[in-house]
Amino acid sequence: MKVQSPRHWTSREFPHQVEILDAKTREKLCFLDKVEPQATIAEIKNLFTKTHPQWYPARQSLRLDPKGKSLKDEDVLQKLPVGTTATLYFRDLGAQISWVTVFLTEYAGPLFIYLLFYFRVPFIYGHKYDFTSSRHTVVHLACICHSFHYIKRLLETLFVHRFSHGTMPLRNIFKNCTYYWGFAAWMAYYINHPLYTPPTYGAQQVKLALAIFVICQLGNFSIHMALRDLRPAGSKTRKIPYPTKNPFTWLFLLVSCPNYTYEVGSWIGFAIMTQCLPVALFSLVGFTQMTIWAKGKHRSYLKEFRDYPPLRMPIIPFLL
Amino acid sequence: MGRLTEAAAAGGGASAARSAGPPPAPLPLSSTSPGCAAAMASSEEDGTNGGASEASEEREAVGKRRRLGLLATIWLTFYNIAMTAGWLVLAIAMVRFYMEKGTHKGLYKSIQKTLKFFQTFALLEIVHCLIGIVPTSVLVAGVQVSSRIFMVWLVTHSIKPIQNEESVVLFLVAWTVTEITRYSFYTFSLLDHLPYFIKWARYNFFIILYPVGVAGELLTIYAALPYVKKTGMFSIRLPNKYNVSFDYYYFLLITMASYIPCEYVSVSTLM
Repeated sequence: MKVQSPRHWTSREFPHQVEILDAKTREKLCFLDKVEPQATIAEIKNLFTKTHPQWYPARQSLRLDPKGKSLKDEDVLQKLPVGTTATLYFRDLGAQISWVTVFLTEYAGPLFIYLLFYFRVPFIYGHKYDFTSSRHTVVHLACICHSFHYIKRLLETLFVHRFSHGTMPLRNIFKNCTYYWGFAAWMAYYINHPLYTPPTYGAQQVKLALAIFVICQLGNFSIHMALRDLRPAGSKTRKIPYPTKNPFTWLFLLVSCPNYTYEVGSWIGFAIMTQCLPVALFSLVGFTQMTIWAKGKHRSYLKEFRDYPPLRMPIIPFLL
Repeated sequence: MGRLTEAAAAGGGASAARSAGPPPAPLPLSSTSPGCAAAMASSEEDGTNGGASEASEEREAVGKRRRLGLLATIWLTFYNIAMTAGWLVLAIAMVRFYMEKGTHKGLYKSIQKTLKFFQTFALLEIVHCLIGIVPTSVLVAGVQVSSRIFMVWLVTHSIKPIQNEESVVLFLVAWTVTEITRYSFYTFSLLDHLPYFIKWARYNFFIILYPVGVAGELLTIYAALPYVKKTGMFSIRLPNKYNVSFDYYYFLLITMASYIPCEYVSVSTLM
């Protein structure tokens, strides 16, 4: 008679149980039985959605501690510091919208809005100016530059960028569109105004500014391509970016976020080209925001990589 | 403590009440610049904490206060006592003027130096938030103080014809009572001896003071409009070499309109 030796279950094979509690009220929201130990947080989120369909995975934040950091989608259940019954806390992140949607909307706006002012569509300037054209070359040049800038951004959103998060909170689209569309309308109004005054130093100033703008646009694009190549399609890996053969990427030697450096440079170029104070203000606000982001990014690079190049500053070489 | 009490102190006028905004988000814009996609979404997520983390932030604010250095405590106590005294002086001067003259005409002129001094001095409160010795956010304090500075320097000081309007007295009274309550509340809290009346006043006076202050400010700005339009003050016209324009008249109109959403925001956090 064959005797079956008793199987000794190890934690690796024992199906886990997961209970999900509301992080604020500690109310028991869901109990999942027989979860594979190799299940990822993403899979648990999908299971949770089945019982609470209004909370699709993108708006779920699951954590081990009610006030702790969100667990990542790739985290594996058995690798977490939990027993065979895991308690996860849930926070609703609110309605979410995809990054791609937000980017496309916020960039399409300025492209279109600027053109309304450029073509002097009725009800913006006096009626005698409807559909007239500026006699200043720089105004036409500015339209080309501005439009090119946003077309570039739209194309990059569609074909270049690799997003590590799929979504962001819905209210951001209103905030961001107000910012981009508002500033675009404000600067376009003055640049395309019948009483626009061309730059003080004339063609010299425009040429110099155009050169700055073009170089920075090329630079910005080069950095985007370099960052894209760092990350294989579909993955969420993070690596230290390094200079490549492309001279524009050599700025990586000095800054963590040269894409922001080039972006600020582009807008400074545009401001000099148009000699328009609203453009300068837009550049300043953008610079402030990008500096905050660059510092954050720089800090997370330093935290994540022990061998991070020490010469690098977040956004401005040697200074900031 | 922290934001909720700041909100409750809103009292006199939208300029003060407006400070009682929602818990400030960590960034004014979301991180949507190209190329930052890889990193900033994490800060985006944390930024949605909103109200839920307020409890923990409040506790943190109280804890922070308990760890206030001796120097900071001494300075803040001195500052709050000085401000309480300043606004008391202002209140007394206003009462005396009215008792002696029987009219409000010329009242602003007689107290304007004191008002300007103490209201401008309040800019320091932004610094207090910046260096962290006060748990309020810089944005909230900034908005509150800025709207007061706007009212004092850009309206009543600059537009002389409206200085004898009744509405000026209206908001001055609201501000004075609010500030005396607020600063004495802070003073007593720092000295760890808060009389119940002051605490009650801080959380309840605003119900009257806030609408009174808003009314005073709005009526004053409204009275100023014709003068602004006529003189074209603080305005830049096209063409000019910086290709910008600014019309103070429309700016004032927009400011007046913004009192409504600001009121909504303030009141919703106070209630």
